Amino acid sequence: MAADTGTFSGTFIPSRRLVLQVVGFGAAGFAVGCSPAAGPSAAAGPVTKSALGPFVKVGSDNTVTVLLKHIEFGQGVSTGLTTIVAEELDAAWSQLRFEHSPADNALYGNSAFGGMMGTGGSTAVFNSWDQLRRAGAAARAMLVSAAAAKWKVDPSAVTVADGVVSSGNRKATFGELAADAAAITPPEAEGLKLKDPASYRFIGKDREPAKAFGRLDTADKVNGKAQYALDYHPEGTLTAVLARSPKFGGKVASVDDTAAKAVAGVTDVVQISNGVAVVATNFWAAKKGRDALNISWDESSAEKRSSDAIFADYRKLLAKPGFEARKEGTGAAALKGAGEVLTADFEFPYLVHAPMEPLNCTVEYTPGTSCVIHSGSQMPTGDQAAAAAILGLQPAQVTINTMIAGGSFGRRATQDADLVSEAAQIAKALNGKAPVKLMWTREDDVRSGKYRPMAIHRMTARVNNGAIEAWGDRTAIQSIMAGTPFLPAGAPDLSSIEGGFDIPYAIPNIAADVHWPISPVSVLWWRSVGHTHTAYAKEHFFDVAAKKAGKDPLELRRELLAGSPRLLAVLNLAAEKAGWGTPLEAGRSRGLAVHHSFNSYVAEVAEVTIKPDGAFTIDRIVCAVDCGIAVNPDIVRSQMEGGIGYGLSAILNEQLTLKDGAPVQTNFYDYPPLRMAQMPKVEVHIVPSTEPPTGVGEPGVPPAGPAVANALFAQTGKTYSKLPLGTKA
Amino acid sequence: MKLTINGKEQDYQGEEDRPLLWYLREDLKLTGTKFGCGVAACGACTVLVDGQPTRACITPATSLEGKKITTIEGLDGKAGAAVQKAWTELDVVQCGWCQSGQIMTATALLTATPKPSEQQITDGMTGIICRCATYTRIRSAVARASEIMG
Repeated sequence: MAADTGTFSGTFIPSRRLVLQVVGFGAAGFAVGCSPAAGPSAAAGPVTKSALGPFVKVGSDNTVTVLLKHIEFGQGVSTGLTTIVAEELDAAWSQLRFEHSPADNALYGNSAFGGMMGTGGSTAVFNSWDQLRRAGAAARAMLVSAAAAKWKVDPSAVTVADGVVSSGNRKATFGELAADAAAITPPEAEGLKLKDPASYRFIGKDREPAKAFGRLDTADKVNGKAQYALDYHPEGTLTAVLARSPKFGGKVASVDDTAAKAVAGVTDVVQISNGVAVVATNFWAAKKGRDALNISWDESSAEKRSSDAIFADYRKLLAKPGFEARKEGTGAAALKGAGEVLTADFEFPYLVHAPMEPLNCTVEYTPGTSCVIHSGSQMPTGDQAAAAAILGLQPAQVTINTMIAGGSFGRRATQDADLVSEAAQIAKALNGKAPVKLMWTREDDVRSGKYRPMAIHRMTARVNNGAIEAWGDRTAIQSIMAGTPFLPAGAPDLSSIEGGFDIPYAIPNIAADVHWPISPVSVLWWRSVGHTHTAYAKEHFFDVAAKKAGKDPLELRRELLAGSPRLLAVLNLAAEKAGWGTPLEAGRSRGLAVHHSFNSYVAEVAEVTIKPDGAFTIDRIVCAVDCGIAVNPDIVRSQMEGGIGYGLSAILNEQLTLKDGAPVQTNFYDYPPLRMAQMPKVEVHIVPSTEPPTGVGEPGVPPAGPAVANALFAQTGKTYSKLPLGTKA
Repeated sequence: MKLTINGKEQDYQGEEDRPLLWYLREDLKLTGTKFGCGVAACGACTVLVDGQPTRACITPATSLEGKKITTIEGLDGKAGAAVQKAWTELDVVQCGWCQSGQIMTATALLTATPKPSEQQITDGMTGIICRCATYTRIRSAVARASEIMG
């Protein structure tokens, strides 16, 4: 894992010419044989590590470390990305290690993010697939060349298998060849021959027996040794907690910190842009100090509405057309006419990401010289730039040590680098006198979050002669991206309604439009972003319309997805595995949903039981997923299981409401994530595929909620349009 | 004040109301025990006190004089080893933050009830929140650990 006993510094600064080479030939064609500070890789030390390109380091101890340009926060990239490299490298599974790469857009940018480094949108494997196969193949070629030179044979006479390089009866480990290999000019990425998928040993292979090809982060997460950002605590670290405005958009008017400073252990109280930080020798003292602050807040620009008032304002907006995102046929005009017109307002609350590791970040600042940050950084170069600007440093003077994170679900990828910016401001105020760790409590996380935005989808369908002739989806929702660097000024933020306006059903008339109301409440992408609400409104309302049309919901979907073969395939697979149409005992029913997100296709069938008192349980969910090649099938399954749980948690339990602008909920006792007692049995079926791999972190989430709502609807005939559903049908 | 943590005696001299969690993490560098909520709602901080699962985030260190405290770093014994083995076989973890709490709780459950029913597993484990929702694998892994224990 990230703990590295070697002498390789892990941070290399390529020359401009080399960077251009990287761009020109694909990053895999770039080799750095040494650390710039330490000289050749044969430097002194217990273990030396030689870089075979930007993604592979081979140790003299025969370990192969793959550098991750994406953060491991549970979704499995530490295994997934490493698997891709290892396959082409012909490494042995037991020699694989991983560590997070440094912050460097040129080497580690995400092609799905316009070349900026970042983890999100379920893109990690998707954008790395070609790059990392070539990185593995290039490193393999360098080892082969080194062996050929050493043994004075032609490279074609050298083979690599299971971490061993051989020619005739000569054999060498990767570790024995690493230093020589690192000195070899790397092959051009485009000329590399990649494996025939038929010969894959790791990619797409299931872990049978159970021990083979397991997650590379399991061992340290099971024995307590895994080091997260919150676990980083160098000697003398001061801990800061920040008092933020109780209402979004409030500012500090005045502060009396006398009582806070009197708390034993409190060393400093400093005001920064977002509030007042109390700094102490340990967390407990800092928290007690914060409790003792007396702050008056200027709430003149703050949000003061309650959730009900916000929804009422949204409904006023919905009376008028918004930005037209889609028009098929005659669009909205077709919503009136022959047959019956159905309409329902689907209301979605704010949601908190609530990753289990509360946000935190440690800054070690040497004024005018450098800054080292340990954080679960989802956008390392953005965090680096933000810290540099605050501290008056050049970005290259700011080292970002990305740590594995205890979940994120989007929360660590912020438009404004909020976490690092707050911590850097505190470090600046302390003038670097000690390392400072900014910690969010769970209350901070729930009450000062960046939320999945509230939304209303006004759904309309006109059903005539057993068919849905027109479909309307008018949405009011705060934009996540407007006014940020992620969206050009004035451009429409269609991520707000992704998966809704682009509804795949072959309905002749479709109208989708959107309003983007503004509020000081901060909002952010939350695992599956727009799909969290569009899929629910689309898929549940589809069943309501299908019933009005007198059609079985599966049959009507099949009919209207005839032109979408991959959606149709997952739909059919899930229905078949769930036994769709077979009888169930009294009180039990099924519902299904199918959705395309993050380039993957997922269908889920839920089975529920409604008891005589109306309480319901979710007994089973059957999931079918097409994510192209499943690099690690068991991780695909685990992401579907977890995505279903995350989706159900929101749909059943979660809401963050405002009263007079202030959050009502505080911690897990009133913002209750799903627990084991609510978790259904889950079965996951993966569609075999030869297509390039696509996302799995998010696509399991969207269908879970509407599948459950449809299962309830099948028995009760009620439209479940206000979320969360709660416990009664 | 003397505390016994993972078989080693420690001399605690901190504030009277400071929770054990912070003493473990900040002073002893036993960072395997995690902070999740601070109000005993999530169970990420679960340690064993005389074998009983206990939430370190609300338990003052000073209340534990004379008790035997076990953290994930000191987990041993038949049940603990079986739980860790089952967790590894089934690759239960995702982000991993809650898993020390899950493992300590499962160990206590299997020590008291070596052959738990499905319902007993759910009742025993539902107190520990996993935001990644690894619950289906936790269920299977507790059952598997019971098998391993024989």
